[in-house]
Parts: sequence; C-alpha cells; structure tokens
Amino acid sequence: MRITIEHGCLFDPAGQLDGQHDLYIADGTIVGIKHRPDGFTSDLQIDAKGKLVLPGLVDLCARLREPGQVHKATFQSECRAANSSGITSICCPPDTQPVIDSTAVVDLIHQRTRDTKRANIYPLAALTVGLQGQQLSEMDTLQRSGCIGVGNALAPIASAEVLRRAFEYAHSCGLTVFLFAEDHALRKQGGVHEGAISTRLGLPAIPEAAETVALSRALLFVEQTQVKTHFCRLSSARGVRMIAMAQEQGLPVSADVAVCNLHLTEMDIADYNSNCHLQPPLRNERDRQGLLKGIKQGVITAVCSDHQPHDADAKAAPFSQTEAGASTIEHLLPLMLHLVKRKELTLEQAIGVLTSQPAAILGIDKGTLAVGRAADICILDMELSAIVDAATLLSAGKNTPFKGWELPGQVTHTLYNGAIVFNQD
Amino acid sequence: MIGNNIQLDKNGNLKHFLTTEGLSLSLLQSILDHAESFSSVGERAVKKVPLLRGKTIANLFFEPSTRTRTTFELAAKRLSADILNLNISTSATHKGETLSDTLHTLEAMHCDMFVVRHANSGAAHYIATQVAPHISVINAGDGCHAHPTQAMLDMFTIRKHKQSLRNLRVAIVGDILHSRVARSEIHALGILGVLETRVVGPHTLIPKDVENLGVQVFHDMDEGLHGVDVVIMLRLQTERMSGALLPSAYEYFQRYGLTRKRLAQAKPDVIVMHPGPINRGVEIASDVADGEHSVILQQVSHGIAIRMAIMAMTMGRSPEDSEDSR
Repeated sequence: MRITIEHGCLFDPAGQLDGQHDLYIADGTIVGIKHRPDGFTSDLQIDAKGKLVLPGLVDLCARLREPGQVHKATFQSECRAANSSGITSICCPPDTQPVIDSTAVVDLIHQRTRDTKRANIYPLAALTVGLQGQQLSEMDTLQRSGCIGVGNALAPIASAEVLRRAFEYAHSCGLTVFLFAEDHALRKQGGVHEGAISTRLGLPAIPEAAETVALSRALLFVEQTQVKTHFCRLSSARGVRMIAMAQEQGLPVSADVAVCNLHLTEMDIADYNSNCHLQPPLRNERDRQGLLKGIKQGVITAVCSDHQPHDADAKAAPFSQTEAGASTIEHLLPLMLHLVKRKELTLEQAIGVLTSQPAAILGIDKGTLAVGRAADICILDMELSAIVDAATLLSAGKNTPFKGWELPGQVTHTLYNGAIVFNQD
Repeated sequence: MIGNNIQLDKNGNLKHFLTTEGLSLSLLQSILDHAESFSSVGERAVKKVPLLRGKTIANLFFEPSTRTRTTFELAAKRLSADILNLNISTSATHKGETLSDTLHTLEAMHCDMFVVRHANSGAAHYIATQVAPHISVINAGDGCHAHPTQAMLDMFTIRKHKQSLRNLRVAIVGDILHSRVARSEIHALGILGVLETRVVGPHTLIPKDVENLGVQVFHDMDEGLHGVDVVIMLRLQTERMSGALLPSAYEYFQRYGLTRKRLAQAKPDVIVMHPGPINRGVEIASDVADGEHSVILQQVSHGIAIRMAIMAMTMGRSPEDSEDSR
C-alpha cells in the first residue's frame, strides 16, 4: 500500500519539521518527506489540508488488562481507543495477572500484539518475582524475550537491600529501571493526598513524604549503582525538584507524569468522586504547577495516560473501597492540547512529551517523522473540539474524571506501520 | 460544598442528612427548634406521636453500635414508624454481596428511610446517590467523615445550657484525626456562629490543614482549655494507644486527660461533654465525668429528640403536623 499524505502541516519537534509538506509512505515505511521519491505513485491520498501531521504518539504507561482482567478491557478495545487519540506505541507495566515475570507471559503479550495489529506494545518485566519485592526476576531472560525494561509497577519494595541488589543486577544487564516511587508504610491504606480534602472528607491519606522518602532512597542507590532509572508518574512539586537536583548532579535519571495530575487536584474529589481515586493521588494546585514547571524546564520529559480501564463495579462503592485509576488513553492528546490552549505549555512541549521524548526513554526508534522509519502517524485537526461523554468512550473502561470537559483537537487519521487503524470519517 | 445539593430537595428542604457541612443557619436552627418540641414526648404517659405512622425505617449498621442504634430505634418508635434493625457486618458484604445489591434488596422491601452507619468515609453519601428517589438517608456515622446527628444533639445540649451559641469558646479535645464527631461539630459550630472553635491534641492526632475548617490548633491542654465555655472530649479508641500515634494510655492521660485541675483553666460555668462511651482514666477522670460540670448523660437523652426531629424533617413532617393530627 502506497499512501501520500498531502497538504498537511508536518509537526515534529524532534525532527525540527514544521511546515506544509507532503509525506510518502510505501510498505509501512516513510519513504519520502517533502520530496516525492522517484517513480512513486500512491494508491491512496489523504488530504491533510489545514491539519497537523504528527508522529504516532508513545504512551509510557497504559493497562490493556490482558492477560487476566478481560472483564475490564482487552487489547482490541484499548488499542482501538488509543488509536483514536493518535497513539501507536504503548508501554505496559508488569502488573498483569499473572504478572510479567516469565517468558510465557511475554510471549502471550507479543501474540496478542500481532493479533491486534494496532500498536507497538512494549512490556516491562517485573523487577521482582510476582512483584513481591523479595526475589529478583530473571530480568536478562525476560529482556531477551522482548521486555524493554524492568519495574515493580505499583507494588512496593520494602527492603532497601532488595532494591539495591535489583538496581545492581539491572545495571549489569544494561536494563533501565522504571520505578514508581511510593513508600508503602507511609501510604498505608491511603487513597487521597494528605491535606485539606483528606481532612474534610475523613479519608485515609497519602502524605507527600510517601513519594519523597521513596525517591530519596532510590536516588541514593542510583548514585551508587549508576543504573539508568526512569521515575514513573511523579505527583509532587518537591519530587520534581529532587529529580532536577539529581539530573544536575549528572545521575542517569528521567521522569514522567500522568496526564490527570496535570489537570486535576485533590479539590476535584470534592463529593467523593471515585473517578478521581488515583494512584499516585491528585495533590494540590502547588503540586500541579510544580509538575508543569518540571515539563517546561525539561526535568519531566514524558506525559503518560496512566490508563486504567475499570468495570463499573470497580468504581461503585464508598470511595476507599473503589479501585484506583482512570480511563484516560483516548484523551491523552486532547488533554495536552487543552494545556496548550490555556497557555500552560507550548505546542512543542505538549507534543514532545508524547512523541520523541518518551521514545528516547524507552530507547525505541519511534516518535519522529523521518525517512526510513515505520509509518506511525497521527493526523490532527486542531479546529475541532469534543465534549467528553463517558458513554461514548471507545475504551471498555468508562471511568473518566473528565466528564463534560470540552477538549480541543480531534484526531482524524491514525496510521500504524502504514495501515490506517483509525479514521474519523 | 460537599453534600450541599444532594442533601436538599428542590425546595431547599432536608431530604437526606449526611453532613452538617454546607447547611444553612436557619436549617440547623429549625432542627434544634423541632427537637425542642419533641423533647417533651418522652415525658408523656403515651410516648408517641403519629407523624411517621405507616413509614418503614431500616437501621443499616455495617459497623457495630449500641447507643446510636438504640436512640435511632427509640426515636423512630416515638414517631410511630416501623423499624427494621439490620446488623450487616462488613465481613458479610465481603463474602460477595456488594453494597448496591444490599440496598436494592432493602428497597424491594419498600423502606422509606435508611439510617446508615458504615466504616468507610463517604458511604452514606454513596448510598444517597444510589437509592430510589423517595428514600431518605440519614448518616449515623461514616468512617472518619461525619456523624451529623451526634453533632446536632451536642449543639442542642450546648444551647440548653448556654442559650445562645454566639460568643462561646469551644474546645474539642483528643483524636481529631479519626473523629467523625469532631468534623461534624466543627462545621455545625461554625454555622451556628461560635466565637472560637479549638482543637486540642498531640500532633499525631490532629489532621493536616485542619485550620482550613476554621479552627485554632492547640497541642498544650492547659492553653487549649483556657477561658473556654464548652469542653468536648473525644473517645480514644484502644487501637490508637499502641503503635506510632501514641506511646501509651498513661502518657496520653498525663498530657490530655481532663482532670479537675485542668478544667480550672476553663470558665467557671464550663460544661463538659463526651459522645460516649467514655474511657475513664484515659481521656477523662471519673470525678470530672460524674462531676457538676458534666452534661454527658443529658446528651444521651437529647439524642432521641434530635433524631426524631431529623427523621421527621427528612420525611417532610414537623412537630406542628402532629398537633394538627391529634
């Protein structure tokens, strides 16, 4: 299949493309930008006049719920939802059921990826067996079978000894550790930020220190072991400052933030809205500003959806009894454009954290528009906007905290390996 | 404001009673006034008014309680309602049935009101969003969030002794962090316009940013009690006395126990309150609990009148209606 994307405005902060150029695709690969390759004839022309042509987006954290929780969602449902937001590459944390600590599970995920044919799926291997925080997993074997990094998902590693050894071993294997920094003892049963709202609602709280204490312990081990570490889903302004200081010291650390934490605060929980029950928790406006500042200063280089589709029952209970997480994958891009519209970020910043920068964290050749690269492309109409309606979400999880929000931008086409996987028409 | 819209019907009348937060001064005052009218019912030979005749009220206690449950039961009976007592231990719901399923089962029995106690904050609010439109929900305590009927009976008790609540200084002492009573009292005292509400306790038992609720924080008991008109002591749950929150019951009593000597810091006509059940020698000395300043037992009897008032109001009835029907 040969495709020409015509008259679109190519926008790729990494490739420094910004202008109206045609783009030529053959056999799943970008074969020309600006200049039509000799003898190229297209089977299909996509008119992108007045639209932005972006690299397919890279989401650093989304749960597709397979294997183990198909009552919540499937690869097919969630990749379709992802495609509608221009996402073509997804990194999955290892907290599937069973967890990703054996090659059999990795093989299963690869099989489902091939069946689905909608996105590149990059599984992370469990850092410890069963995510129990005790025995190191066979990380090298898991890496060979196709895991892109190691992490312990949301599960704690209580023992400093185990964390140190896991870092050392991952470093020996040349693996990047993806760490969610949260001290288990300080979190306890908490579900919301410790502050004005937890006090008013009488909800068990997670202090900011749950993040900063875990961060400081991990950063000391990074300094000692020099293992490349990516800190997943920061939630506090102080956490961002700690990462900035570590980066100034020259430590090999990067960080991301979940898109909800850039838009919502503890105040949004106000009437026990269980769709705002998230992990990490929504903190206060100062923290939200600190996270945005982290992006502007280049301390945080990626924004992920932290997509967690749930069945209705998972959210139908008193707040503390509900499961944490929000269904966000199809609003990742519109939510970032919302920040651009509100002048909290520039378009370059908003697109950079969804494309080349997360690709760099994963070490994959995605997230840019370049000749010779796979044709993973998102065509975006900035003139359109849409109101979020839980009932019409493509994701099997209807648990969105953004109900009723008007979000700018509408993806009209998504191409994955040169195939159209989403077409708005 | 939490619960503000859901608690009131479209005419601004009380539909559910979930929290004192966000309610108007006039509404709290009418609860107190109605309770005043009802308080004589218990002294009559026939301790009943026919206001809720034919109505069915379900006491849904997901957490054990004797005192609160029995006063709700008595209040319902004095209003001539039929009452159903259900002690649903949380372990039973853990066995499979979800809270929503439990509620729908009860709805099928044509109940008109649910009185709910639950270990999770926000449970009553959640239930109010789930039930059929004709059902009223009264919060009899949800987690650490609210216990609004207890707060109102305490306001009633204070008003009995102090006439007006304006110009009063009130100290709430003890485990504020876990106390649903304290939260509901803080909101009610604020709405009723007291001069000052203080919370007194060790840092470990004072929740973060509690000042945002409009209170002054004291970690020293003597300073906290200085010049106050009302002292509300909170029960210290035994599980708080070990672990990281407190070293021991002994040390707690040394620092925060209410003794005669400490009480001398307060105004001479101070009243001492406690939602019960009391831990003698842990948060309060026996001679204070039984002493002349104590109004603890009056609180219990006021509980029935307050709950009658709230149950009647959420069902759209007032004491005057009973005068008409006689």
